Amino acid sequence: MIRSAAKALMIRDLRLIWRRRGDALQPALFALLVVVLFALALGGEARELAKVAAAVLWLAVLLAGLLALDTLFRGDADDGSLEQWLLAPVPLAWLVLVRTSMHWATTALPLLVATPFLAELLHLPHEQLPVLLASLALGTPLLSLLGAVVAALTVGMRRSGILIALLALPLYVPILVFGAGSVAAAGQGLDPVGALLLLGAGLVLALVLAPLAAAAAIRIALD
Amino acid sequence: MHPVVRWFHQLGSPPYFERFAARWAPIAYIAGLLVMAYGLYGALFVVPADYQQGDSFRILYIHVPSAWMSMAAFALMALYAAIALIWRIKLCEILAMACAPVGAAFTLITLATGSIWGKPMWGTWWDWDPRLTTELILLFLYLGVIGLYNAIDDRRNASRAAGLLAIVGVALLPVIHYSVTWWNSLHQGQTISLFGTSHMDPSMLPPLWAMVIGTHLWFVGSLLARARADNLRRETGKDWVARLAEPRA
Repeated sequence: MIRSAAKALMIRDLRLIWRRRGDALQPALFALLVVVLFALALGGEARELAKVAAAVLWLAVLLAGLLALDTLFRGDADDGSLEQWLLAPVPLAWLVLVRTSMHWATTALPLLVATPFLAELLHLPHEQLPVLLASLALGTPLLSLLGAVVAALTVGMRRSGILIALLALPLYVPILVFGAGSVAAAGQGLDPVGALLLLGAGLVLALVLAPLAAAAAIRIALD
Repeated sequence: MHPVVRWFHQLGSPPYFERFAARWAPIAYIAGLLVMAYGLYGALFVVPADYQQGDSFRILYIHVPSAWMSMAAFALMALYAAIALIWRIKLCEILAMACAPVGAAFTLITLATGSIWGKPMWGTWWDWDPRLTTELILLFLYLGVIGLYNAIDDRRNASRAAGLLAIVGVALLPVIHYSVTWWNSLHQGQTISLFGTSHMDPSMLPPLWAMVIGTHLWFVGSLLARARADNLRRETGKDWVARLAEPRA
């Protein structure tokens, strides 16, 4: 039951994404534009850019994910599918987890693939790239899971707009600190593994708790 | 039923709470004012100047109690929100949401006094010290709770959604604090602790405790007054509210 529901939801989400392929590229395009704007604002000098490259890339990915957050449950809330989730014989938290992972795979994963190119634009030192990719691979699912809680809280509103950013960004602070911090540590010749392990620990914890919190928020919003 | 338990159950009823808050809010305000007046007098005139910081350390008597209060208010808000979500007690929803603006005000006071203190002591208005950053994030969390509460039309749904956010926030606050601590230790920047290593002289303590008690009493007064107003607004149209509005015969 649980598996077939997950499979059905995954196939439906993938089909929806495939029918609107252009939308799936938007987060990566947005991140590219953020990187370009940062590079132009900072003057475009390679040595200056290399110093802030990791922080800018983390911010670009974080902001792109933030903009994609609103689409997480919005469509299903509008057409009533979310109410069917409540009635479904599988736990709501499970459906939330499946949806969030699909959302991560279609919005954050393209960003991860694009990161080496974006890193080249910012002249990120090559030895820092694996650390950056590892921190993003651990950090972006965590961003998506925490974001799912916030998106679920605002799902009852007609338009969440800037509120979703105001709610999500304070919660994103530790992820950004450890994620960008791990790359900064690697840049200073320190061991980045500690920060990465903490990100991993946070991811495991969020995998368990965030879907439950998001499910509670959906129940409140649709009450 | 045990009298205390019965009293507790009665307090959950809106008309009973109205009478309770109407009686105790002014008392808490006045008691808070008196205790704070004693504390401020002691802080400004009785306590000797600090041997390192001179007179500017006296701002501590406002800064520290409001910092404690800002954190205690958040914990209390999350506690009320948890009670409201688990047992669906309407009054706890009201109380949780009444905590938010008061707590946010105390957070703002903490940040402002800290800045004013920081300028002569550290030579800067702001530093990305863990404590400062955590307090700033706390302010954003308060503003998020208030924003979410105001953005949803249905009052009960709004307070439960904002309450859930408060619970998530209280779970994440220690993580945020320690993340910033570890992050700064990576940068090996200067570590500034508000009290330094020197312990306070015993003569400096009584006004501080008075200010701590005073701010707590003031918080209770504000909380009751705000919850009372919200309670009346939500119960508009009920008979007992209409009777309250009638002129006393």
